[in-house]
Amino acid sequence: MEEFAALIDALVYTTSRNAKLQLVADYLVRTPDPDRGWALAALTEGLDFPAVKSSTIRNLLHDRVDPVLWTLSRDFVGDTAETASLLWPQPLTPAAPPPTVSEAVDLLAGMTRATVGVQLAQLLDRLDGDGRYALLKLATGAMRVGVSARLAKTAFAQGFGVSVEEVEEYWHAIPAPYVPLFDWAANGATPPDTAALPLFRPFMLAHPLEELEVDLADYVAEWKWDGIRVQLAHAGGETRLYSRGGEDITGTFPEMAEALMIPAVLDGELLVRGAHQGGEEGGAASFNALQQRLGRKVVSAKMLADYPAFVRLYDVLQLDGTDLRDQPWTERRAALEGLLARLPADKFDISAVIAADHFAHLATIREGTRDDAIEGVMLKKRDSPYVAGRRTGLWYKWKRDPLLVDCVLMYAQRGSGKRSSFYSDYTFGCWDGDPDAGAELLPVGKAYSGFTDEELKRLDKHVRQHTVKRFGPVRETDRSLVFEVAFDSIHASKRHKSGLAMRFPRIHRVRWDKPVHEADRIAALQALVRD
Amino acid sequence: MPANFSWIRPEPWGIHVVPADCWIDPAREVPHALVTHGHADHARGGHGQTVATPATLAIMELRYNTREGAVPVEYGETIRLPGDVSATYIPAGHVLGSAQILLEHAGERVIVTGDYKRRHDPTCPPFQVTPCDIFITEATFGLPVFTHPPIAGEMAKLKARLASQPDRCVLVGAYALGKAQRVITELRAAGHHDPIYLHGALERMCRLYEDWGIDLGELRLVADARKDEMRGAVVICPPSALNDRWSRRLPDPVTSMASGWMMVRQRARQRGVELPLIISDHADWPELIQTIQEVNPQESWITHGREEALLRWCELHQRKARALALVGYDEDEDD
Repeated sequence: MEEFAALIDALVYTTSRNAKLQLVADYLVRTPDPDRGWALAALTEGLDFPAVKSSTIRNLLHDRVDPVLWTLSRDFVGDTAETASLLWPQPLTPAAPPPTVSEAVDLLAGMTRATVGVQLAQLLDRLDGDGRYALLKLATGAMRVGVSARLAKTAFAQGFGVSVEEVEEYWHAIPAPYVPLFDWAANGATPPDTAALPLFRPFMLAHPLEELEVDLADYVAEWKWDGIRVQLAHAGGETRLYSRGGEDITGTFPEMAEALMIPAVLDGELLVRGAHQGGEEGGAASFNALQQRLGRKVVSAKMLADYPAFVRLYDVLQLDGTDLRDQPWTERRAALEGLLARLPADKFDISAVIAADHFAHLATIREGTRDDAIEGVMLKKRDSPYVAGRRTGLWYKWKRDPLLVDCVLMYAQRGSGKRSSFYSDYTFGCWDGDPDAGAELLPVGKAYSGFTDEELKRLDKHVRQHTVKRFGPVRETDRSLVFEVAFDSIHASKRHKSGLAMRFPRIHRVRWDKPVHEADRIAALQALVRD
Repeated sequence: MPANFSWIRPEPWGIHVVPADCWIDPAREVPHALVTHGHADHARGGHGQTVATPATLAIMELRYNTREGAVPVEYGETIRLPGDVSATYIPAGHVLGSAQILLEHAGERVIVTGDYKRRHDPTCPPFQVTPCDIFITEATFGLPVFTHPPIAGEMAKLKARLASQPDRCVLVGAYALGKAQRVITELRAAGHHDPIYLHGALERMCRLYEDWGIDLGELRLVADARKDEMRGAVVICPPSALNDRWSRRLPDPVTSMASGWMMVRQRARQRGVELPLIISDHADWPELIQTIQEVNPQESWITHGREEALLRWCELHQRKARALALVGYDEDEDD
């Protein structure tokens, strides 16, 4: 437990992604089974111990600390587990030595509502302050140390020198503490059998098409839809829906889980019904509509009715027990088209192939996609297998050119990590009328990329010299600098005073030369909305 | 005849000693001031007359460039003030020159602690327990979550980090008066004899400490140093410079901070601290309680800090207490 506590503390104080990867990888390599598996589960999925809740900890402390002092302390610290770890009285008699992670997990799992008061106290008595903090965080399933499942998998792959795609494929086949997964990665044992389970298979990804032309005899073109990339897997009578990062989002879209009853693994774009993308016949609403459904644990009947989801299929990885990933795209496409008739039409359609004679023709068609708010075009090599990750030359994404507007810098915030001393996050606005007639700036977006390191230094200096007010880490600047901002699309939004929200804004150019009154007006941005 | 302490009055901008018409650590300019120690929130400039220990007066002179109206008092010395009041300066163990002030009038004894701690500090004499009727105590760390660990462990943490990443320096944010010099002397005591590099803002105060006989070992200025020579070294700066452009000249610094607040993880995270060092120049919760028990006054008055919790403790232990609302004392986030 001491090693795990040290890992948690180190992660709390580390902001750099690489340093976090190193910390997790080192821990996984040097820690024995099953401790490392439980630690990994605690960091990623969170462990659930029904008898141990935040209120359990509160009650435990109320028996030992005056309730007024507890409340004052909890308010100051802002975290129940941390407050409890600091206030826990050291036992008068020496307690047993600290437990291992797996011993702690076993004990926590064995606790009931009746026994938790005594048993959790005994466990806390065996630990020091940092150990108590780690234990209580592990027990209540909220580590919050900035380690995503993706980061943990990458660290695992790095530590054992295996591919992250394979880790992703096997990961979901095994419950914590993942002993066969470690056995495979560390000792070269046979990987777990994944065929009979509705598991996540790593996605095939695309490179951006830059300054490159491809021959449409070798590549097929499809639209790149502006929803979220998903995978639907059905096996052993169960269907699961996964996001691009491998997160199980079945609960958020229950109608999709019910829609696939054939043993298959499908790749597609999750969209919401509407008449927006691709025009009437496209039948999808804007990303804004889809956003209403994302991140919800409980889905109301009204939500299901107002924002019905469907999947626009791109590919098929497995079908009726056969793995198709080694086959060329043409074969998989044929299988996918054949499959479509067996799927409910209101829940599935297929991403159409764009009929273009040659590359220049495709370029013309792509230019016309603006009004349809499609993200762009995908180019897929006709003879390519479905391979995990981003492989050069197989798939390309060719996003449409961004929209550009001129905005005025309003606020700047310090960055993190390497940029921690630089004002590198910028909020910018547009005029709500004629600036020469007293119009105001309203914030329309925020960006922290698109400039070089040299430009960043100059921007940082500008912010420091033009500060008019400070709000903690944020500085308000005088309105003296114009950014040419690029973004993919713009939508109506109730969350912002300007009534607008940009998608993927970034700084395209810093217009040191441009007078601020020449920056764009809100009305010009509203004209770009295609909701 | 007892005066029932009506002669001592807490006002929002300081404690007023009425018969002598003088103020303790006043937050605004007054004709007569008694100052406990040199931190800016206690020792403001511009008073007609300032009574303080010689070290505190030297610190104030460094800050405000004037000795006008300075009246030195040694530790243990009692001076007579108008209105039949006497004042005795007693070590408080907070920083160089820091004192508690014992006030006596009409047979009644009142102590104003200023800031204090009970831990060993090589840069100043230890806090002295002195009996009194009313004990006016600080409560900066007045919450039971604050039990500051022994400093040796924090120094070990710092040294281990230096050893594990010899290509980087460790940049320690430390308050310019007291904390910086304490970190340096404790590092020396822990066997670290390499040159320690200073932000320019700390130089004069460190020189002052040396003038007062405190050995800080070899100190160098960052401004005079090459980037490469600071690899594997300790660099000390004021907390405000931690995330400032100034730090770009350092070799990949590990951001550290020496403060009692570092006990709380989110506090450290908010400041971008990678290596928190829990080092405080204030009494922690057990020390506050120990001090009230040892001094054993009739009544405790609690100032600047988290008064509520200490007040609650006094209530639970049948001790008479009240909270004073004094303005002008910073919450001292940096301390």
